[in-house]
Amino acid sequence: MYSFEPSDEQRMLIDAVERYAESDLRPAARAVEEDGEIPAALIEKGWELGILQASIPEEYGGFGDHSAVSGALAAEAMANGDLACTLAVMAPSTFVVPILLGGTEEQKKSLIPPVIDAEWKPFVGAYIEPDYDFYAGEMRTIAEKAKGGYTLNGRKAFVPYADQALSFLVFAAVDGKTQAFIVPSDAAGLTIGERERLLGIRAVPTFELHLENVKLTADSRIGGEDGFDPNPVVASTQVAIAAMGIGMSKAALDYALPYAKEREVWGKPIAQKQSIAFMLAEMAMEIESNRLLVWEAAWKLDVGETASQSAYLALTGAADTAMSVTDRAVQILGGHGYIREHPVELWMRNGRGIPTFAGMAMV
Amino acid sequence: MISFKKPEKIEQAIVLMETIAENMMRPVSRHFDENEHEIPWDYIEFMHNSQKAMGAGSLTDAGPKKKEGPRLSFQRLAFTAEMLSWGDVGLWLCTPGGGLGAAAVNATGTPEQKERFLSRMSGDKPVFDAMALTEPHAGSAMPAEVRTTAVRDGDEWILNGEKIFVTAGNKALVDTDGFVVIWATIDPEAGRAGVRPFVVEANTPGCTVCKMEHKLGIRASDTVSIALQDCRIPFDNILGSAEVVDKEKTKKGFKGAMATFDATRPLVAASALGIARATLELLKEMLEEQGVEIRYGLPRSRMTNLEREIIDMETMLRSTWLLTLKSMWLADERKGNTIEASMCKVKAGDVVVKITQRAVELMGPVGYSREHLLEKWFRDAKINDLYEGTGQINRLIVARRILDYSRHELS
Repeated sequence: MYSFEPSDEQRMLIDAVERYAESDLRPAARAVEEDGEIPAALIEKGWELGILQASIPEEYGGFGDHSAVSGALAAEAMANGDLACTLAVMAPSTFVVPILLGGTEEQKKSLIPPVIDAEWKPFVGAYIEPDYDFYAGEMRTIAEKAKGGYTLNGRKAFVPYADQALSFLVFAAVDGKTQAFIVPSDAAGLTIGERERLLGIRAVPTFELHLENVKLTADSRIGGEDGFDPNPVVASTQVAIAAMGIGMSKAALDYALPYAKEREVWGKPIAQKQSIAFMLAEMAMEIESNRLLVWEAAWKLDVGETASQSAYLALTGAADTAMSVTDRAVQILGGHGYIREHPVELWMRNGRGIPTFAGMAMV
Repeated sequence: MISFKKPEKIEQAIVLMETIAENMMRPVSRHFDENEHEIPWDYIEFMHNSQKAMGAGSLTDAGPKKKEGPRLSFQRLAFTAEMLSWGDVGLWLCTPGGGLGAAAVNATGTPEQKERFLSRMSGDKPVFDAMALTEPHAGSAMPAEVRTTAVRDGDEWILNGEKIFVTAGNKALVDTDGFVVIWATIDPEAGRAGVRPFVVEANTPGCTVCKMEHKLGIRASDTVSIALQDCRIPFDNILGSAEVVDKEKTKKGFKGAMATFDATRPLVAASALGIARATLELLKEMLEEQGVEIRYGLPRSRMTNLEREIIDMETMLRSTWLLTLKSMWLADERKGNTIEASMCKVKAGDVVVKITQRAVELMGPVGYSREHLLEKWFRDAKINDLYEGTGQINRLIVARRILDYSRHELS
């Protein structure tokens, strides 16, 4: 049966995340962006909501079942507060979820609990590469079989908290197939570049990773000797980022709408002009329809259907939505939208990143 | 619990609909496009008989209500409209037994009225129904500016006025013993608070079809003008209350009648998306025959233009379909769906127009040729951005809703 209503449990999760987004993230969003860092306590408070932990079964240290739908709902709600903080809070998901989906039993038992057992810790994935045509299906970072394990070569980008990371999950191609490897932060041949200077999400410190003949043991490969199917992992990150794109778009709509009702031109609120009212209607329609694409892809992941195409369409739809809706929000505020006193310019900068951020969070 | 699992019953219905679409509709699609106003009796009889036999394609929910399990009738309707419009939208509009008139009766009629007007749908012969709202002087301003009058005379109403753009009006009044739901005012001073739908049955003196339109597309479906000259109908043919009350309290009157559109707009959206899916599927097939491969998952920097076009089409088609489904699900759950209904109508109108226009363009001279159906679907598609409220009117409705504005504040 079709249903478009979250379960009671999911509703509770959404409510909790919404409270955090509204009372903690939104008020802090501008300051963290300008400062270029997020207070540890703010991240910790988001981590304590237990979104990732609730998605990990007990035998691996968590307290729930993996649900991409719940993860997507939480990601949307949190990104409604602030995208950069959401990416920070959820950064360990890019380390944990691939292990959960593709790891051997032993890897799951040994690698997951240390990440989720207590406070937020920078265990992060290194997925994106610094190329204009980066494509997750054809990684340029290569893992070659070597004596006793693998040798890793390549470059990664948009790796959050790499400077303080305890361990990385590095995605690399093995004979053309995308795989993932545990790389300790002190591995020989691994160097961390300068902090990246980005258009948006400036509150999250991100770095390039350079991997030069990094030697790894055979058991570093997720899934063991034969590896794992990367498709659900790719889909999982597309869903996560798409959900955030929707959440941020909703924030932009919810900001522009009351503004348009307040702001007057020739004695009438601009919202009473069709040119503005229609923009708002279209923003709402894009959000409402594309959100469902995200849900559908997440649901397919949960029931074990092939989700690749759905997740890809979801990210395509959410990325276009995020760009157009945040742009329209700036447009509705006019010149004021361009001023950094309002958040819409920040959302517009972040909005352009949605198609690029796939790899920075997973559900 | 969020779920995208297609119910078994709908799954079965789809298989049946697909067979009908492929065998009864597609083969004659071109014929009925090129022979406007020829009546597709084979299709009509077949649909009538199969609806009677197994409820296939049934548009009304008039059958005995089952208490068990979730309600699915609106969702099933969306799938039916989608699949049969995938077959041929002109023919779909020639499906007997449940057009907009029946939807209005179903949404706003009393049990007695439902029985009296809808039971004929399951008789021996196929029967059509229609809805007449638009008048020569105003379309989108309806129903507020209805000029057709209904004056009470004892136990009768006397209707006078002219209606245009009545879909299947000829089939409802001339070709079969059906009915038309006519919107008229019982109090011209009261504005839209005085407007009510009335059921006018075939063969009622004073109600005549006075013009059949020649159209860009959906040519299998007749679109007519209706003249009402001292047309007398029974008092009980009014849908909703005969009292004109304060407009804040007109739930049973005007506002109640408007509930019709919450059901019919997603239906139009579903139908539009059927055309869009047909187009996209044919486009992909034709490209595949030419050896063009469409790859999924690539970043835009790596796509060909054709890949980008097609993936964008798929994204807009799927997202709009899910919104349409959601609005029908809300209707089945007896939850308000006014905003979703208008949203999916707007988006579906945009999407079907965009997809069909692009497909003709992308296929070049092949797309433009009447040897293929792409050019036909391009013509058929446009109606979806016009009827049941133009894209602009539905945008206004969405905007008023999200802004919490009345029609006086935003028009």
